[in-house]
Amino acid sequence: MSETPHEEPVGVPEPVIHEPTPEEIEAARIAAIEANDKDVAEQLRRMSRRGFLTLGAGAVAAIGAWKWLGSREREGGLPWPLRRMLHVNEAVALSYFSTARLNPTFPASMITRPARINGGDGLDAHADVASWRLNFAGNALTLDDVKSFPKRTMITEFRCIEGWSTIVQWGGARLSDVMAKFPPPSSARYLAMSTPGGGYYVSIDMPSAMHAQTLLAYEMNGAPLTWQHGAPLRLAIPVKYGVKNIKRIGQIAYTAVRPPDFWGERGYDDYAGH
Amino acid sequence: MKRLVKKHPLAIRWFHWINFPLLALMIWSGTLIYWANAVYRVGFRKHTFWMMNLPPHAWDKLHVSYRLAEGMAYHFFFMWLFAINGVLYVAYTVFSGEWRELVPNRRSFITAIQVTLHDLHLRREAPPQGKYNGAQQIAYSSIVVMGLGSLLTGIAIYKPTQFHLLTSLFGGYPMARFFHFWLTVGYVAFFVIHIAQVIRTGWNNFRAMVIGSEVVEVPNE
Repeated sequence: MSETPHEEPVGVPEPVIHEPTPEEIEAARIAAIEANDKDVAEQLRRMSRRGFLTLGAGAVAAIGAWKWLGSREREGGLPWPLRRMLHVNEAVALSYFSTARLNPTFPASMITRPARINGGDGLDAHADVASWRLNFAGNALTLDDVKSFPKRTMITEFRCIEGWSTIVQWGGARLSDVMAKFPPPSSARYLAMSTPGGGYYVSIDMPSAMHAQTLLAYEMNGAPLTWQHGAPLRLAIPVKYGVKNIKRIGQIAYTAVRPPDFWGERGYDDYAGH
Repeated sequence: MKRLVKKHPLAIRWFHWINFPLLALMIWSGTLIYWANAVYRVGFRKHTFWMMNLPPHAWDKLHVSYRLAEGMAYHFFFMWLFAINGVLYVAYTVFSGEWRELVPNRRSFITAIQVTLHDLHLRREAPPQGKYNGAQQIAYSSIVVMGLGSLLTGIAIYKPTQFHLLTSLFGGYPMARFFHFWLTVGYVAFFVIHIAQVIRTGWNNFRAMVIGSEVVEVPNE
């Protein structure tokens, strides 16, 4: 093994290594912490500015949207976007609606007694029931004509749009049976029903009219209807809210377009279906 | 020294702040509906301690009277947004793994009691915790279950014929409405406690729900 000559650099002075004092180390450490905290504070300011500006802009946009919604032109007593949404909801509901899907029925012991009386629009305590006729799509029917259809009875839940509900026994003819005798034209999509004189009126969509539990009822809880409950003939339609169970029906007509609806004109959903 | 630590992902913050006004609107429109048949009470058998109702002049003062139709229209408008936001939130927590922080575990119930005692100044130390303590895990998970309950009881009273099996599951139409109402009272209770706790915990914690990160003090290097 040969020794390799090791040449020392000539003329370069030894680097002077300065040993930091403990005070200097501590000062540098504190400076680093302060620099870090300053960085964090700066970053925090940036993030806060962005975050709170976004939140503020969102709040302003939400309030704007809210004001816009409430101030739209009214359709049937509602700002039109709300009315349109009710119609969208109706389309969704009709997409899964089945005339075969029935309301639960209840034992006679559960019937609410006395039956609750609610809503007197279109009623008349002094109306002459004997001279009453039902104008069914242009045909004048007596009560006996309606009674000539097979009688159906059912004990179902009557649900008011206000939120309460009662159990009622109904007796009457299936609307679909009567419709089979006086069939609708192919263009018909609704039934327009009103009291004699038109004090109260409802629209009923075709699928709901065809439902097996939709009756032209002349009996309630086993007795003929009283005038407060819509004598001599009313609609019992448990697939809809109580508002659609029109009392004292005078006319029923088939229509192609959505007919006027008493509560539908006053801000309510004119489908009102269950 | 200080460090910024990520706490709430952006998606969670959006879900949270969108849910807030939507839930408020659902409760408000629900109140307009409830007014029409304000029948519930706090009581035992024949003894009523508290009617969940107000005298007419108080309803009037709150501008709630005779607005059932409007209440229903708003309720059936915002229900979609409220439900979609809720479903997306749950889906996000599931797919991001965030649910691990939220769903209570075996220890949550013990630590929840310890946290509550600490908050009530009955216990000196708060138990150690991750992002959420046991009480928070229980509260935030319950509120999701309640949301699902509101959705289902809502469907049960919205379409009681088409979904009559669901309605029957809740004990029938009047019971479904009863549950739907009391769940709402539960949200109000949650809101009051939530706000109190957020105020108590302080600005750093609140800001994290806006900007995502929290400042924490770490040992100096």
